[in-house]
Amino acid sequence: MNTESAPTAISVRGLKKSYKDLQVLRGVDLEVNPGEILALLGSNGAGKTTLVRILSTLLAADAGSALVAGFDTATQAHRVRETISLTGQFTAIDPVLSGRENLVLMAQLRHLKNASQHAEELLERFALSDAGDRKAATYSGGMSRRLDIAMSLIGNPRIIFLDEPTTGLDPQARLEVWDTVRRLAADGTTVLLTTQYLDEAEQLADRIAILHRGTIIQNGTLDQLKDLLPPAHVEYVKKQPSLEEVFLALVGAPDQEQP
Amino acid sequence: MTTHALHDTGVLTGRSLRHILRSPDTIITTAITPIAMMLLFVYVLGGAINTGTDGSYINYLLPGILLITIASGIAYTAYRLFLDLQGGIFERFQSMPISRSSVLWAHVFTSLLANLVSIAIVIGVGLLMGFRAQASIGGWLAIVGILVLFVLALTWLAVIAGLSAKTVDGASAFSYPLIFAPFISSAFVPTASMPSPVAWFAEHQPVTSIVDTLRALFSGQPVGQEIWVALAWLLGILVIAYSLANLIYRRKIS
Repeated sequence: MNTESAPTAISVRGLKKSYKDLQVLRGVDLEVNPGEILALLGSNGAGKTTLVRILSTLLAADAGSALVAGFDTATQAHRVRETISLTGQFTAIDPVLSGRENLVLMAQLRHLKNASQHAEELLERFALSDAGDRKAATYSGGMSRRLDIAMSLIGNPRIIFLDEPTTGLDPQARLEVWDTVRRLAADGTTVLLTTQYLDEAEQLADRIAILHRGTIIQNGTLDQLKDLLPPAHVEYVKKQPSLEEVFLALVGAPDQEQP
Repeated sequence: MTTHALHDTGVLTGRSLRHILRSPDTIITTAITPIAMMLLFVYVLGGAINTGTDGSYINYLLPGILLITIASGIAYTAYRLFLDLQGGIFERFQSMPISRSSVLWAHVFTSLLANLVSIAIVIGVGLLMGFRAQASIGGWLAIVGILVLFVLALTWLAVIAGLSAKTVDGASAFSYPLIFAPFISSAFVPTASMPSPVAWFAEHQPVTSIVDTLRALFSGQPVGQEIWVALAWLLGILVIAYSLANLIYRRKIS
């Protein structure tokens, strides 16, 4: 129960999950420190969403352990839910309700007093005040995603999961989401975000973990990952490897899976 | 935890009631088909139907019409639950510190309230068409009790459909046989007029005992054994549907 002494925000050990014959996670180990932005990078089908679903108590693992804020996701799910919030891959807003009503609903379900005040603050923070009384169904993609994230922030959860938060967004909306994530981290919130966009990880993350075929094959800061490749052997032009090259080199060839 | 469960259920029920208030057509469409049927049977077909009772045909017909109203009303519960599951808000709720059961109960209470409104509309139209009840206060309480049980039993069936459907159409299609069931019962014509195998089925399916009980209660007649048969069916369906729905729900969320 003593979360103060918990050294990590998220601690995953030997996590395994299969769907029938398909092994999605084959022993994932991962640590996320408090206040850190960790980008979980991987191709489609690498198991990113499965890992996030286990961490956010939506799915039970087959083996291994997952602690979130020191609470076991398997046995202390309710405590985990009090600490986290999840913004899933697909926008989870109620289209029939207005933006404000969506936020008030979240505040009431988090048992907060002054639900409407919390809603008001978040509408303002996410530049949705003008649209606050419109049905969420009428929102643009970027506005929906902003509302979606705003709904996740009600009650100031300490740990936030963002599953592919910018998939399907236009570049402008994408930048807005990035801004939001940076501000969250500045306030000390721990953020675990999954993405298949390499520049997103490069832009936002303190640390990057690469999930490939069900295991974390690399985990480190951008510079550490870049150091994994031999310095560019250049004769005419000096070239730093981009993260994209690092990623493709790491996951591309099967014989390089176990470095 | 229990006060939280009540609070959470209340909040979530408020949410789905808003859905209904913003698309009141769901209540109107629920009521319109049974009203059309009632008009058709009373003013077109009813003249040729001999119920073997003294009262007017609408008095005979109304209880069955009420059951059809409920059977079409609960299709919307399956539909709304299915949309929640599809839209991702269901998963959001599951990742929040709210009581597990409140998500389903909110849909059940919403169904109950919406169906009671539809029933009131249909009874109102029935009164305009000459329906008259001689029920005592106790009789009315029994009528409401049976209708509430019927709504709850069918709503939990709808929850099963909503949780397990793969498509929107699938989520509401399960209600067609329920809407149709009253036709092979004593709801429209006495079972005695049917060929014997059909009559046997009609007499032993749940709708007949429920319709006969409601009819007796509305007309202020003694209900006899029928009410126990009706209650046994209602409670039986309710318990089985509730258990099955919760089993599917637990599998879904773990």
